[in-house]
Amino acid sequence: MTTDALYQTSMVPLFAVLVSMAAIPAILFSSRMPNLRESWSFLAAGIKFALVLSLVPGALRGESVGITLLEIAPGIGLSLVADPLGVLFALVASGLWIVTTAYALGYMRGHHEKKQTRFFCSFALSLSATLGIAFSDNLITFLVFYELLTLATYPLVVHKESPDALRSGRMYLGYALTAGLLFLAAAVWVNLRVGEVSFVAGGFIPEGAFGDGELKLLFLLFMVGVGVKAGVMPLHSWLPAAMVAPTPVSALLHAVAVVKSGAFGVLRVTGFVFGPEMMKEHGLDVILALFAGATILLASLIALRQDNLKKRLAYSTVGHLSYIVMGAALASPAALTGSLMHLSAHAVMKITLFFCAGAIIVHSHKTEISQLDGLGRRMPWTFAAFGIGALGLAGIPPVYGFLSKWWLSMGSLDSGHSLALGVFLLSGLLNAGYFFPIVIRGFFRPPAPDAHFPKGEATPWMVVPLCITATLALVFGIFPDFPLPFFEIAGRVVESVMGELPQALNAKEIGLAP
Amino acid sequence: MSNFFSDYSAYVLCFLLLTVGLYGMLLKRNYVKKVIGMTIFQAAIILFFIQTAYKADGTVPVKDAALPVDQTDAYINPLPHALMLTAIVVGVATVGVALSLLIRVHGAYGSLDEDDIQKEAAK
Amino acid sequence: MIAEHLPALPILLYLFVALLMPLANELGRGLPWTLSWLTSLTVAALGGYGLWLTSSGGAIRYAMGGWSPPIGIELVADPLSCFFTFAIGAVSAFVLLHSRESVERDCGAKNAMTFYASSLLLLAGFSGIVGTGDLFNLYVFLEISALAGYAVLGCGSAKAALSSFRYLIIGTIGASFYLIGIGLLLSKTGSLNMVDVAAILQVDGLGPVTTLAVVFIFVGLGIKMALLPLHYWLPDVYTNAPATSTALVAPLGTKVAAYALLRLGYEVLPYEALLADLRIFDVVLYLGAVGIVWGSIMAIAQDNLKRMLAYSSVAQIGYIAVGFGLATPNGYIGAVLHVINHAVMKACLFLVTANLERQGEGTSIKGLNASLRKKMPLTCACFALAAISMIGLPPTAGFFSKWYLLLGSYDQGSWVLVVVILVSSLLNAVYFFRVLERLYLGKDEDAPDAPKRARLPWVMGLSTLVLALSLLLLGFGNVYIVSNFISPMLPGF
Repeated sequence: MTTDALYQTSMVPLFAVLVSMAAIPAILFSSRMPNLRESWSFLAAGIKFALVLSLVPGALRGESVGITLLEIAPGIGLSLVADPLGVLFALVASGLWIVTTAYALGYMRGHHEKKQTRFFCSFALSLSATLGIAFSDNLITFLVFYELLTLATYPLVVHKESPDALRSGRMYLGYALTAGLLFLAAAVWVNLRVGEVSFVAGGFIPEGAFGDGELKLLFLLFMVGVGVKAGVMPLHSWLPAAMVAPTPVSALLHAVAVVKSGAFGVLRVTGFVFGPEMMKEHGLDVILALFAGATILLASLIALRQDNLKKRLAYSTVGHLSYIVMGAALASPAALTGSLMHLSAHAVMKITLFFCAGAIIVHSHKTEISQLDGLGRRMPWTFAAFGIGALGLAGIPPVYGFLSKWWLSMGSLDSGHSLALGVFLLSGLLNAGYFFPIVIRGFFRPPAPDAHFPKGEATPWMVVPLCITATLALVFGIFPDFPLPFFEIAGRVVESVMGELPQALNAKEIGLAP
Repeated sequence: MSNFFSDYSAYVLCFLLLTVGLYGMLLKRNYVKKVIGMTIFQAAIILFFIQTAYKADGTVPVKDAALPVDQTDAYINPLPHALMLTAIVVGVATVGVALSLLIRVHGAYGSLDEDDIQKEAAK
Repeated sequence: MIAEHLPALPILLYLFVALLMPLANELGRGLPWTLSWLTSLTVAALGGYGLWLTSSGGAIRYAMGGWSPPIGIELVADPLSCFFTFAIGAVSAFVLLHSRESVERDCGAKNAMTFYASSLLLLAGFSGIVGTGDLFNLYVFLEISALAGYAVLGCGSAKAALSSFRYLIIGTIGASFYLIGIGLLLSKTGSLNMVDVAAILQVDGLGPVTTLAVVFIFVGLGIKMALLPLHYWLPDVYTNAPATSTALVAPLGTKVAAYALLRLGYEVLPYEALLADLRIFDVVLYLGAVGIVWGSIMAIAQDNLKRMLAYSSVAQIGYIAVGFGLATPNGYIGAVLHVINHAVMKACLFLVTANLERQGEGTSIKGLNASLRKKMPLTCACFALAAISMIGLPPTAGFFSKWYLLLGSYDQGSWVLVVVILVSSLLNAVYFFRVLERLYLGKDEDAPDAPKRARLPWVMGLSTLVLALSLLLLGFGNVYIVSNFISPMLPGF
């Protein structure tokens, strides 16, 4: 990207990455004063979001800004560049961090968790790593932050330090480190053959640099590398296991930052390393689409059978991540638009659901869905928010999830893979099947005789954030460019990767496009 | 083949000594015997070097008025001898260090036999 | 003046100060310690100065005693050897700085002087191996460092003396094999000067005598660098010796042997014939690959932290051997870079074990628990950083040696190696996270009324920290190191 005509040098992406890292010493030194400690987190989150916001106008013009820090391997710089795709992801992650910080404060104190300083430090470091991934200009920088993210989130996964948590932690490390190594193997190979590792919209691997078989192997290496974090089956099992982590972690990291960085990696690799044309030429799109489609359906089926609320959400996450992967695989303008919108849509909706789950756990100590009968009448706000998120994930208007699914469905038609359309529709039904009973139980079933529900809602520290995200899911569903121009940025990304905007249906007429 | 042993008798001897030394170092269970093996091994190497210096009818490499210096065939090669002086010093030092270590070992375990010491150490 | 005599100065400085030690001991009890780490620091400075001189002005050749080569002994300072001199000086300076208390505890206060004198002789040997241009001289320095090393490793417990004696037997076999090889080469070429021998062998090619010589030299140096299957002396020695001795010998001892192998294999012995006819590079390559896997698996099976680190050394030497055996520019760079990186990592890790021993914690992994993190936060953090580097996660030093080795493996089209390197990183992760998990996540089992121990002396903390942080420095500076010091020294491939 650094060779682009629209490229300018700027320190903003670097600062955006560093600001939460810089908060860590402050958090450490104020570990005795929880209020001061949390205000550092808020401050860092606010500055981070403001910095990312300042990048939005440039991204809307299709520009990229950034800086190369130093040469990290011969001819390869440690470069942080904010291009539209990066800004889109950074916007989602940093924006939701603010909300999550408030929520985490309520959750951690409400649940009397230990070692909160370590928790908030790791959280801040994870966010640095996530933005680093978003702004990585080349494969190596990406890998550096990808591994950093693994290390930073490990303490969060094992936070409870129970044997269960330790086991999940080992599993997580095993999966994530293996993935990183395979990604490394692929990056080294590309570097050697092509002599280049910087992302270029539309792909930088020239035709003929690899044989057909080699290309498939390379693609597979890359996809396992990023697919583990994106939870593509059969590489997903760490994610449900990681649900032992405190709920804010599950919310921000296992619904937004970590898993989305995997999905983001898929988008980067397909759109900026291989490019849509090469994918189609060599049938890579079909391989990826097969895995994604199978994951969407299987994960939904497994989710149906989970009684543990967080596990059900985890499997639903696995399924929805593959929506994004599927959009990248279909590689038509409309599908890519849908994929990019689902990146933000799923984040907003799933974080709402996790917030609700956390509020339920802290307030009523219920973790299983079968225990929730009648709880909705005690916690109406929480369950209403849950309902909005569930509607969105099932793809029902006017929630944000409908829009992304709409574009994905159009994409499956205009790329000629109409089977994918069937997958999306079936998955919508399944989503409804595993989410709606929760809301129905909450509101319409009488409470079990031995259920002891506490009075009222959870603390406002938790309820307000989840209401905010639920409202956002609604607002974005009606105005996809307000208050944050996700749709337009997605348009810029699609334009740069595919060379055209979606034409499948006349989008302007039905009022879904700018 | 029939001439091999007579032509290379010195080398064959060296080789035998090397083998004996190596056997002592690796397979003897007594540490002093290992050290003895080591000295045999080093002596064999020294002999080997000296043999490479040998020339038929050569004399000691000390300047002789009767023999001009540029007549190199008349003198045996002095270089290996000089090298082996150093090697002997190294060998003596090695034996010295080995024995001093063994004194410590003997002081602690009361034996210099591998089997005894292993029994002692297992206690 | 300094520039002119630069190649000889580190060696002479170490030897001279080693001889001063008894005198220094009379003058002040702490003086041997002060002198020794100051000397190492000076040598590091000399190495740095040499780097600056030689990377712009080319190699400095020095004829010992005014006897011009090939008759006299030649010492050479080129960017690579200066870099190694720098590394030897810098790593040993911090290890020695760290050592004062441990030495007095493990070897007795009376023997501290002897320990430091031996250490300096050891380092003189190391810098001699790095700086010499003469084959026999290399043998002498190999033995100087080895003899001093037996003494350094054998101080302390009787167990240490015993394993040091076993090492002595094996080490003598290694050095003697090398000597036999030299004898064969001498009888073939009539010369001992490396440049001279290389020129003669270039013309003569690989006759039966030279082949025999090559085999002896490779086996000899293979024992010295603990290349599988000649490694079995290493774990016992490193485990039983006092932590300081291990920290001094383990990072550097096997590495200088590897350096000698690199120099001889690529620059002195007939490279093309070794590669094509004898295929000895392939042998080293596959032994290295097996060593990587074997060492890592054995490391996982250990309970003693020092023993685990020792086996991990076997694995890491495998990396160097692989880089050497690849016989491509990237492999060569990877091997040299890993020699440096691993030296710093291992020094740091062994200093951590020394810190643990100092605080009476013991080095059994099962005995480690989370209370340690509160008692010794700095030591634990250094361990974590070094462990991450050992696993090879970016941007620490370990990642980049792996990067070049992977590039080299792809150059050769060797998928087996790619898999070996990747798998070994995972195995590294297994045995290091096993320890990290105990340090950071285990239950806090320390009784609250346990007597508070004295704090770790600040020099010990500082040395460990400096070595740990230099891992990041080496990581970020790898391009500078490679392009300025290693690439100019690439032999013709």
